[in-house]
Amino acid sequence: MSDSHAPEPAHSAVGTDATAAAHDHSHDAEHVAKHIKTYLIVGVVLIVLTAVTVGLSYVDFGSHAMNWVVGMAVATFKVCLVGAIFMHLKGERPTIWRFLLFTGIFVVGMFLLTLLHWYDPIFGTQQAVR
Amino acid sequence: MQIPYEVTSRPDTGLWNAKLGIWLFLASEVMLFGGLFSGYLFLRLGAEDGYWPHGLLNVPIGTFNTAVLIASSVTIVLTWANLKMRNWVMAQRYLLTTILCGLLFLFIKLVFEYPEKFAHFGAYIKKESTAKYEAYLGNEHARSNGLSPRYEISGHLEAVEVTVAGDRAPLATFAEKNKLKLVEHPAGGEGHGANLIKVEGLDHKAGVSPAKMEKMARIPGVTIEKFELALDPGNADPSNPANDRPHFWHQHATDKIATIDAKDVSWASSFAPKHSSYFAIYFTITGLHGLHVLGGVIVMAYFYLYGGKLYRKNPEHQANRIEVVGLFWHFVDLVWIFVFPIFYLL
Repeated sequence: MSDSHAPEPAHSAVGTDATAAAHDHSHDAEHVAKHIKTYLIVGVVLIVLTAVTVGLSYVDFGSHAMNWVVGMAVATFKVCLVGAIFMHLKGERPTIWRFLLFTGIFVVGMFLLTLLHWYDPIFGTQQAVR
Repeated sequence: MQIPYEVTSRPDTGLWNAKLGIWLFLASEVMLFGGLFSGYLFLRLGAEDGYWPHGLLNVPIGTFNTAVLIASSVTIVLTWANLKMRNWVMAQRYLLTTILCGLLFLFIKLVFEYPEKFAHFGAYIKKESTAKYEAYLGNEHARSNGLSPRYEISGHLEAVEVTVAGDRAPLATFAEKNKLKLVEHPAGGEGHGANLIKVEGLDHKAGVSPAKMEKMARIPGVTIEKFELALDPGNADPSNPANDRPHFWHQHATDKIATIDAKDVSWASSFAPKHSSYFAIYFTITGLHGLHVLGGVIVMAYFYLYGGKLYRKNPEHQANRIEVVGLFWHFVDLVWIFVFPIFYLL
């Protein structure tokens, strides 16, 4: 059993970055230490942006739709910060980016289905009902 | 049996296995919450003008809770960083902080947010009767200022007036059990004969909770005739431009009492899921989100209590475990970053 599933470092010959890092803890630790300040700054920025979101929601941008655009823009920026920095997507492996690409396509597709039903652009039969 | 690739990367994916697993899981989670968010969109687009509530949630508390979740995202990433640097004591401190932040979030939600909603009362006035309640709805003012029409009168339910067909004993028993007081022939009760009974709280401050009101309505023979509520500021002074937009600070009900005929009401309840599609989707999404917070707290508590053994054996493996639970935790934070503005603010 254990032979066929021999745990590393049998495969380390492939030499991915992660395996290299696992072999060199001191380098890894140094690398991480440099990021701690970044994490703290991003945390503060996110909390400030939360306050900004609250503040902006009380500002009249002309229409409620415009408030939505502004609110969603700030939220999207916050989500990108969390993803890129906290979830280490910045510099993450292509496999994960591919996952996310497909997730994005599917989730947008799901929203489009809802909107298609609502706005009914193909048959236009909803117009009469409303 | 040794599970392979828990620390080093698999050559074909370039990832250690748990990382591959958590990202696949998060992808499915995006679809789960995505479905609910598109449900929100559908309900909101479908809501008739004036029927999507604004300003019913407590913004300062929501803002604080958002900050708590963001802080916990920072502390979980610092837990991971300290494990990477082989700093066990600091890592445990940050992990404990993260757990406490998660519990604080749930505590605030369950103690300061949800219960208040179940105690609050709102009545939607039938469209043909809105003119009768113009003093509380202020639709004249709304129309001339280009605001959405108002149909709901909300506040603290102080008393209800009921009529009883037949035996009064069940109502009396119910009142006694539920700390309610029955007042016969209340002032202004003309037109209902001698039948009209006012039901109010023994403790004036408590009033009649919406839940008690609903139970009472199910007693055979009892018909709710009138609601008496202490109005929320928006209904107490509807033509005041200060009430045109939601307030940042939570507004308590005023002392101004309004009496609403039950026959003019199309729907009355607490701010429970059944109140409106707004509260239905609010409780669904925040409830599911809360369960995710609870799940994350449980997993982190397990790693906090039992991670030491693994750390001594293979510190990198423990760091990877924390990275995985951290990815989940950041996702939960990320969902909240959208939940907060779409329910509390916009």
